[in-house]
Amino acid sequence: MENSILIKTVDLTKVYPMGGQSITALDSVSLTFRKGEFAGLVGPSGSGKTTLLNILGSLDTPTKGSAEVLGEKVETLSHKKAAALRNRHIGFIFQTFNLLPVYTAYENVEFPLLLLGLPPAARKKAVMDALDWVHLADRAKSRPNQLSGGQCQRVAIARAVVKKPSLVLADEPTANLDAENSHHILHTMEDINRELRSTFIFATHDEKVIGHLRRKIVLVDGKVAKDEVIKAA
Amino acid sequence: MIIPKLAFRNMLGAGAKTWLNAVVLSMAFVAIIWGQGLYIGMDAEVSRAMIEAEYGGGQYWVEGYDPFDPFTIQDAHRPLTGPLRALGEKGQATPFLIVQGTIYPGGRIVPVLLKGIDPGQKLLSIPSSVLKAADNELPALIGARMSATSGLKKGDTVTVRWRDAKGTFDAKDLLIVEVMRTTVQSIDNGQIWLPLQILQEMAGMPSEATIVVTEKNYGPAVLIPGWTFKNLDYLLADIKSVVQAKTIGSSILYSILLFLAMLAIFNTQLLSIWRRRKEIGTMMALGFSRGKVIRLFTLEGALNGVLAALVGAVYGIPLLAYTATHGLGLPADQIDSFGIAISEKLYPTYSGALVIGTTILVFSITTIVSFMPTRKIAKLKPTDALRGKLT
Repeated sequence: MENSILIKTVDLTKVYPMGGQSITALDSVSLTFRKGEFAGLVGPSGSGKTTLLNILGSLDTPTKGSAEVLGEKVETLSHKKAAALRNRHIGFIFQTFNLLPVYTAYENVEFPLLLLGLPPAARKKAVMDALDWVHLADRAKSRPNQLSGGQCQRVAIARAVVKKPSLVLADEPTANLDAENSHHILHTMEDINRELRSTFIFATHDEKVIGHLRRKIVLVDGKVAKDEVIKAA
Repeated sequence: MIIPKLAFRNMLGAGAKTWLNAVVLSMAFVAIIWGQGLYIGMDAEVSRAMIEAEYGGGQYWVEGYDPFDPFTIQDAHRPLTGPLRALGEKGQATPFLIVQGTIYPGGRIVPVLLKGIDPGQKLLSIPSSVLKAADNELPALIGARMSATSGLKKGDTVTVRWRDAKGTFDAKDLLIVEVMRTTVQSIDNGQIWLPLQILQEMAGMPSEATIVVTEKNYGPAVLIPGWTFKNLDYLLADIKSVVQAKTIGSSILYSILLFLAMLAIFNTQLLSIWRRRKEIGTMMALGFSRGKVIRLFTLEGALNGVLAALVGAVYGIPLLAYTATHGLGLPADQIDSFGIAISEKLYPTYSGALVIGTTILVFSITTIVSFMPTRKIAKLKPTDALRGKLT
C-alpha cells in the first residue's frame, strides 16, 4: 500500500468561459500521485496550478477528462459527496491562511474534527497534538489577529493535518511569508509528511518550496511540460 | 449539534454588530409585548368598569328600546312583572327607568336623560344611596362631566322639565346631592340620576322600567315577553371594537419598529455573506456542504432573535412588571378623548400567550429574514468563494 496510487488524472481539461471566449486552464493533464509523495506543481501564474489543485481537492470539476481521487471520480461527485471527501480525506493550506477570524487557533484546528463528529476528548488530544507539531501549543487561545503571518500559516497547517488526511493540498503556502518562516513551515510539512505518510501536493513558483520538493511537475499553459523526481523519499 | 455551536461562536464573535441588532430587535420585542399588554389591559379595565357601573351581568331591555335612537325612549317603558320583579326582589337585578327631560341651568336649555335608579341597589357601582330622598326634595346625582358641561355643582338647584306617560309636560326643581367621578362616560354625559320610585311617579309610569340590569355572572337568560336580553358580548361589542381599532393603530407603530430591526438583520446577513465569502469558501474546503453553510448562516441570524429575547428580558421584565403593578398614568384632561371608560391609570396585562406568541412571531420573522440572503450561497462555487467572488 506504501506506493499505492492516490490520485490519477486522465486527459484532465478545464476550460473557463470568459466573455465571449474560452480560456483553457488545463489541457489534457494526465498524472498519478502515490501515497506519501511530497510533490509540487510548478509554473508561472496562469499555468493552471491552482486549477489542478482545486480539481484534485474536489472544489472544482473538470470540463473534460477524469480525476480519480482516493477512489472517487471528482467529475461525478455531488456537492455533498465532494464535501464529505474533503472533510474526511483532504487537508487544504492556502496562500492567505484562510483562518476563521472569530475563532481561536485551537478552534480553527478543531473545526474539521467537529465536522467529523469526533468526541470532545479525542478532539482535544488531536488538536493539541497538531498544535504541538507546528510548535504553537502555547498560542492555542490566540485569535488570528493576535498571531504573526508565520504563526497563522502554522495554524493553517495544523488545521490541514489534524485529521491525519491522506492528501494535503497547499496553494502557494509560503507566498505571504518571509524566508525564515517559509523554511520553518516547509520543514514542519516535511516532518508531518514523514510522520503521517500523507501525500503533499503544492502549487508554487517559490524557489524555497521547490528546493524541498521530492517531485516537480512543471505546468506551462495548462500542459505538463516536465514531471521529474528530484529527490529520493 | 455542530451548526448551533458554530453559529453561537460566530454570533458572539461578530461583537458589536450582534449586540446592536439584538438591542434594536429587543426594543421591537418589548414594544410589541408592552403595547399589546397595554391594550389587553385597557380592554379588561374598560370591560370591568362598564360591567361594574352599568352592564352588570347583562340587561333586559324593553322591546323597541334603542339607546342610540331618542325617538324610541318615549315608549320604552313597561311594568316589571313576573320573573323580572322576582329577580329584583331577590337582589339579582335592578331596574332603570329612562325618561327624556330638559334642565335650565343658568338660563340655558340642556336636554338630558333622566334615569331612575333604586337608591338601595348594590349591583352597580353608581353611588345611588345618595338619592335617598329627604322631605320635599328631588335629589339628583350627576357625573363630573355632566357637572362640567352644565355648570351644576353639589348643592345647586335646577329646574327640570319632562313629559309624562300621558303626554303632559311638568316641571320641578331638583337638588344636586352629589357629583360622582366615574370613568364610564355613558352613565355621566347628559344624564341625571333620580330615585326610581320618584321618577316613576313623575312620569306616570308606576312600577315600570326601561331596562333591568342583572347581577354579574347572571344566566342563563329567560325569555320574558316584551323584554329582550342583551348579554355582555352584545353590550361590550362597541368597546371591544374601539380597543381593537386602537390595537391595530399601535400595531402599525411596532410593525415599523420590527421592520427596522428586520432590515438591520437582513442588511447584516447580506453584508456578512459578502464580507465572509472567503470564510464560506474555507468552510466548504474544510468539508462543509452548501446546505450546512446555509443552515449555519440562517441560524446565526436567527440567534439574533434569541439574543434579543435575552436582552429584552434584562430591561423588559422589570419595565413591564413595573407598569403592570404601578400602572401607566394618563393625563387627566385627555382620558375622555379615548371615547371609552378608561381610568387615569392603565394597568397592562401580560399573558403567557402574548409572550409566547410574540416570541414565536419574532423568531419566525428573524429566521425568514436571516434565511433570505443565504440563498446566494446555494449557487456559490467553492473556488469562487475562496477567491472572494460571490457568484
